[in-house]
Amino acid sequence: MEVNQYLEMFIEESKEHLQACSEHLLELEKSPDDLAIVGEIFRSAHTLKGMSATMGFEDLADLTHKMENVLDAIRNEKIHVTPEILDVVFESVDHLEEMVMDIASGGDGKRDVSSTVAQLKRIELGEEAIVVPEVAATEVVEPAVESALEYDSFEQTVISQSSEQGFHAYEISVKLRDDCLLKAARVFMVFEILEKDGDVIKASPSVEKLEDEQFDQQFYVAFVTKESAEDMQKKLMKVSEVEEVAVTLINQKAFSEKEYEPQQEVAVTVAEVATPAAAPPQAEPVVKPKKAASSAKADKSQHAPVGNKTIRVNIERLDILMNLFEELVIDRGRLQSISTEVNHGELNETVERMSRVMGDLQTIILTMRMVPVETVFNRFPKMIRQLSRDLNKKINLEIIGAETELDRTVIDEIGDPLVHLIRNSVDHGIENPTARRAKGKPEEGTVVLRAYHSGNYVFIEIEDDGAGINREKVLAKAIAKGVVTLEQSYAMSDRQINELILASGFSTADVISDVSGRGVGLDVVKTTIESLGGNISIESTQDVGSKFSIQLPLTLSIISVMLVEIEKEIYAIPLSSIIETSIIRSSEIMNAHNQKVIDFRGKVVPLVFLEEIFEVPRKEQQDEEFHSVVIVRKGEKLAGLVVDSFIGQQEIVLKSLGNYLTNIFAISGATILGNGKVALIVDCNALIK
Amino acid sequence: MTNAVEQESIKVIVFQLADKEYAIPVSHVQGIEKLMHITRVPKTVNYVKGVINLRGVVTPIVDLRERFELPISKHEETTRIIIISLEDMEVGFVVDSANDVIDIPANAIEPQPEVVGSLEEEFISGVAKVGKRLLILLHLEKVLNPLK
Repeated sequence: MEVNQYLEMFIEESKEHLQACSEHLLELEKSPDDLAIVGEIFRSAHTLKGMSATMGFEDLADLTHKMENVLDAIRNEKIHVTPEILDVVFESVDHLEEMVMDIASGGDGKRDVSSTVAQLKRIELGEEAIVVPEVAATEVVEPAVESALEYDSFEQTVISQSSEQGFHAYEISVKLRDDCLLKAARVFMVFEILEKDGDVIKASPSVEKLEDEQFDQQFYVAFVTKESAEDMQKKLMKVSEVEEVAVTLINQKAFSEKEYEPQQEVAVTVAEVATPAAAPPQAEPVVKPKKAASSAKADKSQHAPVGNKTIRVNIERLDILMNLFEELVIDRGRLQSISTEVNHGELNETVERMSRVMGDLQTIILTMRMVPVETVFNRFPKMIRQLSRDLNKKINLEIIGAETELDRTVIDEIGDPLVHLIRNSVDHGIENPTARRAKGKPEEGTVVLRAYHSGNYVFIEIEDDGAGINREKVLAKAIAKGVVTLEQSYAMSDRQINELILASGFSTADVISDVSGRGVGLDVVKTTIESLGGNISIESTQDVGSKFSIQLPLTLSIISVMLVEIEKEIYAIPLSSIIETSIIRSSEIMNAHNQKVIDFRGKVVPLVFLEEIFEVPRKEQQDEEFHSVVIVRKGEKLAGLVVDSFIGQQEIVLKSLGNYLTNIFAISGATILGNGKVALIVDCNALIK
Repeated sequence: MTNAVEQESIKVIVFQLADKEYAIPVSHVQGIEKLMHITRVPKTVNYVKGVINLRGVVTPIVDLRERFELPISKHEETTRIIIISLEDMEVGFVVDSANDVIDIPANAIEPQPEVVGSLEEEFISGVAKVGKRLLILLHLEKVLNPLK
């Protein structure tokens, strides 16, 4: 067997199965008597065992096998589910994950798991000294597949039309060998052969289910082709691990007799719409399969909604596509400036049209790179479970909006800050059960993890119903640590005090635990989020709870900026931090403690002369009466950036300054303008203290 | 002149800076560009002239004259930017002119003589005598190092 070819598929699927295992184990912990859940876990484990054995990862297969034995005993009600047993099973899943990660990074997946294996063995034998027999067949959760397919009126029309055009309509049943692994791969091969010679009208179970391996060993396909039944059968038999292929002609006479039932139980999907002529646009006859009750409970959207056709694309290709598109964006900028200079009617029109098309293209490319935050969120339930064990607290984690999508680049970065915030909420926020009871709260604390879109931003909130932030304690600590002075503290708002816990060198837990670290954490969270162009705020009421809200941009690679000019130099200021622009008179500038300020809508706003900050060389000092000011903000604070003139708003592609120039003050990156020159992007966060 | 074909040799780019010739191994050179618009980057060391748009990649530019504290000269028609890639960095060097690509036999390279005694001494990994020319081999890691 050509192992390498399947390695990637194996790793992906193993991860999915392990994730399913963890999710179901958490379910099981909540309702230990639900044997249907055990069945689900068993199925995932069984598939994993089979796959890893084929791929030659013996340790992985062995541990899964032991785990499976325990699960099987539970399923057959020989062992009762206890927290201790679940702990061991969780531990096994952890080991399995480590092994798979090891394989993914090129290792051999070997790992010393003898103690876990011994524990599994003990559980398996300890309670019941029966050697659990090897179970070959997986539990069937799907409704039994009907021996013959049923066709709705649309499909009947397709079949009769195609036979009028000289096609044959066959019903093909394919049976895979019992020991077939990577069933999805075989299905794919079968479909590939079929689609070469004709069109698949319908499959049972549906194509999605087949791809997800949600079928036993056999599946049915309705198929139109010009080939003979015999040829088709021979071709399909060539696919390895296919045991039996039966090709029968569809009896069209039966159509007229059978009434079409609109509410079919069998999941139906048109795999490839037959002939263009016979494909009415509204025809997407996707009937959502009714999932078995057990899986409906575990509906944490583990499977993407049925009916979406997807392909897997290597992320590198998407990156390349993005890079090429960025080049185009730069050229568009150039074309726009040329067309304004030339001012030629047709050129203007063409450029405008191109800009519109590129706008659409940009939206599509950006959405292609979107990944649901679920990929980050799904590791938290297990983490919370572990934490609540370690800390002796009762915690319920609620996840809302896991399907919210974010750019992959943001997703990659957001994981660690979230882990930190959740640990913080669990460790410092939620009180222990005794304290909670004393406060008249339910013993079980709740942590809500919520994600949603709003405008061009995604918000992620972590809310707990714990102790909240103790104002006095935070202030005392901040003053003791020298983060603020006593005088400053009088003037601080509640929100400002809350945000002190994000300052560096801060840890308010009386006892330093290994859970949320030593106070080096939250400021790192803040820095990471700000480096992503986002920001974080805290709301908290003592004894009621706290809420950390993170605001993140949808994407990092293309942003809107305002271009400004200082002498001959052009700088870009991100639109996301701009409040407004204004022109002020010299006489409006006031002095306060060696700081020039203006009165902006009743607020005192400090002025930052970019010319001075960036040491722009000026030939002659000029005293202008009017100054162009860009009002920017960082959280609640404002500042006015003084520039020579505004150029306008533009979409730009964010580029890094490379690895040689790092940590340039108040510059967050660069971009290439329409004229091919480089402009620097101003980091407003660094300019506001 | 030694016959380079038979022995081990390294291929270098030779460029001019003030009155001396310097050499960088070809393997580190990405390309040689004519002078183009350099965008000044504020608050960096004086020898970092800024960044250029090198076919879509923002590339920092170091003026080697200033790096070696040689007298500053005006940029001429012959002034070139040599794009260097070292580890994960790409940097452009401004030089007076790029002269030649030659093979230096390995045995022609000698360690830096101790008498030179100027600032550039620390940036030199060796000297090579090829015919009548004395080429100074640059130690790229050191030239790019102190900016962290």
